[in-house]
Amino acid sequence: MAAARVLTLWCPDWPLVALEVDADEPAAVLVGEDVLACSAAARADGVRRGLRRREAQRRCPELRLLTRDEMQEARAFEPVLSALDAVSPAVEVLRPGLCVFSTKGPSRYFGGDAMLARIAADTVRDVVAETTVPTGTALAGVADGRFASLLAARTADPDGAVVPPGGSAAFLAPFPVSVLERPDLADLFVRLGLRTLGDVAALPGKNVASRFGAEGTLAHRLARGLDDVPLTARIAPPDLTVEQALDPPETTTEPLAFVAKMLADTLQAALSERGLGCTRVLVEAETEHGEQRARLWRTDGAGSVRAGLEGQSALSASAMAQRMRWQLAGWLTGPPQERPRGGISLLRITPDEVHRDHGRQLRLFGEATDADERAALALTRLQGLLGFDAVLVPVPAGGRDPAAYTRLVPWGEPKPPTWTGDPPWPGRLPAPTPTVLYPEGLPAAVLDALGRPVTLDGHGAVSAPPQALSIRGGAQLRITSWAGPWPVQERWWDRPAADPAEGSLARFQVVTADGTARLLMTTAHGWCVEGAYA
Amino acid sequence: MSVAPLLRPASSLPLPGAPARTDVLPVLSPLDGLFPYGGLARGSVVAVDSPALALAIVARASGQGAWCAVAGLPTLGAAAAAEIGCDLSRFVVVPSPGDQWAAATATLLDGIELVLVVPPKHPRNGEVRRLAARVRERRGVLVSIGSWPEQADLKLRIEASEWDGLSDGRGRLVARRCAISASGRGAAARERRITTWLPLGS
Repeated sequence: MAAARVLTLWCPDWPLVALEVDADEPAAVLVGEDVLACSAAARADGVRRGLRRREAQRRCPELRLLTRDEMQEARAFEPVLSALDAVSPAVEVLRPGLCVFSTKGPSRYFGGDAMLARIAADTVRDVVAETTVPTGTALAGVADGRFASLLAARTADPDGAVVPPGGSAAFLAPFPVSVLERPDLADLFVRLGLRTLGDVAALPGKNVASRFGAEGTLAHRLARGLDDVPLTARIAPPDLTVEQALDPPETTTEPLAFVAKMLADTLQAALSERGLGCTRVLVEAETEHGEQRARLWRTDGAGSVRAGLEGQSALSASAMAQRMRWQLAGWLTGPPQERPRGGISLLRITPDEVHRDHGRQLRLFGEATDADERAALALTRLQGLLGFDAVLVPVPAGGRDPAAYTRLVPWGEPKPPTWTGDPPWPGRLPAPTPTVLYPEGLPAAVLDALGRPVTLDGHGAVSAPPQALSIRGGAQLRITSWAGPWPVQERWWDRPAADPAEGSLARFQVVTADGTARLLMTTAHGWCVEGAYA
Repeated sequence: MSVAPLLRPASSLPLPGAPARTDVLPVLSPLDGLFPYGGLARGSVVAVDSPALALAIVARASGQGAWCAVAGLPTLGAAAAAEIGCDLSRFVVVPSPGDQWAAATATLLDGIELVLVVPPKHPRNGEVRRLAARVRERRGVLVSIGSWPEQADLKLRIEASEWDGLSDGRGRLVARRCAISASGRGAAARERRITTWLPLGS
């Protein structure tokens, strides 16, 4: 079944527009050390989203660097949302600068999708140009499903781009897989020869889940022009509304942020308990004079803290609290004509679109994302203390050397894609793997009963049984048992062929009289200790 | 008003000092027999004399989703951690924190439940005590690989071990039979001993 028709309204470069930066001025907004958004002038010089600060400055020396101000983004977007209330009664905000709504009713009212797209884009463009900078703009796209409508908006047709009903899959097919914004997965797809969304859509569905996991299934759905959450997974939202009355009414945002966090935690706990995830919430605020402001907030699909976590489509507690803060900031501290006359007397949050949360069940140690976010915070701080490259995460790698079974990459860097299957690795030693590995190898001597060095002949036979081991010229340890040789085959390609003596590489396992087991390797240059089973 | 409904027999009360079940992280059997509360008590320091044993005691909690970090062990074989059940997607390595080891460990404890650390040879007393306090406050578990300079809450030692699987030139390493002892403070004062295979389950 095709996805519902949706209009996406996108204000490009919103983090900059909200700070009233003109598109002609080379400027970029940073999150930490990474470029989050840049102006058209900076883009012309080669600055891109995701670049490190230093690289961006190298490409564009006169680049003005700005710190992100999320509250300002929310405040500046409030007039846009107010204007859109005249176009659709149910605008869903993904984040400041990006919102969607169903075209079902509005399209009939305004005379078709094309007319609706033009009216929506014009309405917002006028508001943006008036309240921020003249170069601020807005683009609209209509298609079946949010993903296709966002890409339609990105085609930057000023009149709004309309993909005909049933045409989303065909519209999406030529796009490269990178538009999925899942770099790991896209990289894996490309290496498998799946370059476009059309290639991904053509995969048989049941194999996708087993090969690429939940994230692959999501990508497969999106590529076929379906919505991110299958309709069958949706259920009628249970009555889990949580609210807090404030007496006396509150006019400043900080205390309200605390209330928001508390409400979000309560709601999240109730959802987790039932194994549910929530992709859209209704946030309502009311003042002592009865003024009301209600907004729908939809997940923008981003991971909760960093891209390193699995892409989770449900809103986490902190994401919900953040949406409430955005809404309150937009109302209380936004443009004067928007502000309420009194303080906030009631704050309410309602889960509006709920589905069974298969991917994120309740873990033994409490709500998973909270633990992940705490860990992410600590690790980011640790990188500040020790340096980016000092905090690493192991990722499975395809090597045959024990030291290459996993590879360490800096925390927060996109992880290289991993095959989710369990490939056979010919040439690997069976488990256990040494717990201690010396990547360079510790030079060692292996001697026979007569004190002569043990060598391998051309057929891989030992000259005599090994009897003693000395590491780095240290004391001789008596070898009590040993096994080997296991020939090492993989190194021939990274050594120059000019060294034929490298032919006889082999591994041995030995246990010495002190009870320690070690993995040894012999090369043309002698023996070394590769690891220990300590 | 009667107090009778509020009264409970003394036998239904938890033992004084015993942590609630949520305050103990699970440990693979039969290693759980080494721990006075059947698992890693949150807020405690455990000293272990072998990297393999350190990984074995955190494997179950890690496999169930707890974050785990290893600091100061540049030679750690992360593949071995995965083999015994640690979840590498929530596993962090800080190979060489150097002089900053105490600050790095303290920062890890802020956000990570299982922190394994190799302390330097001559740490400052203040650092060690501050870390112990930090563990208690953050309710994580600090596992010291190598001796902990102060008295640890629990100390695990491989008293004897014998590798199985190798003979003269034949076979391969399979596992070692280990006699492990545990002793410590408070409820752990009574020494416990078990004999088991490491890696477990082999």
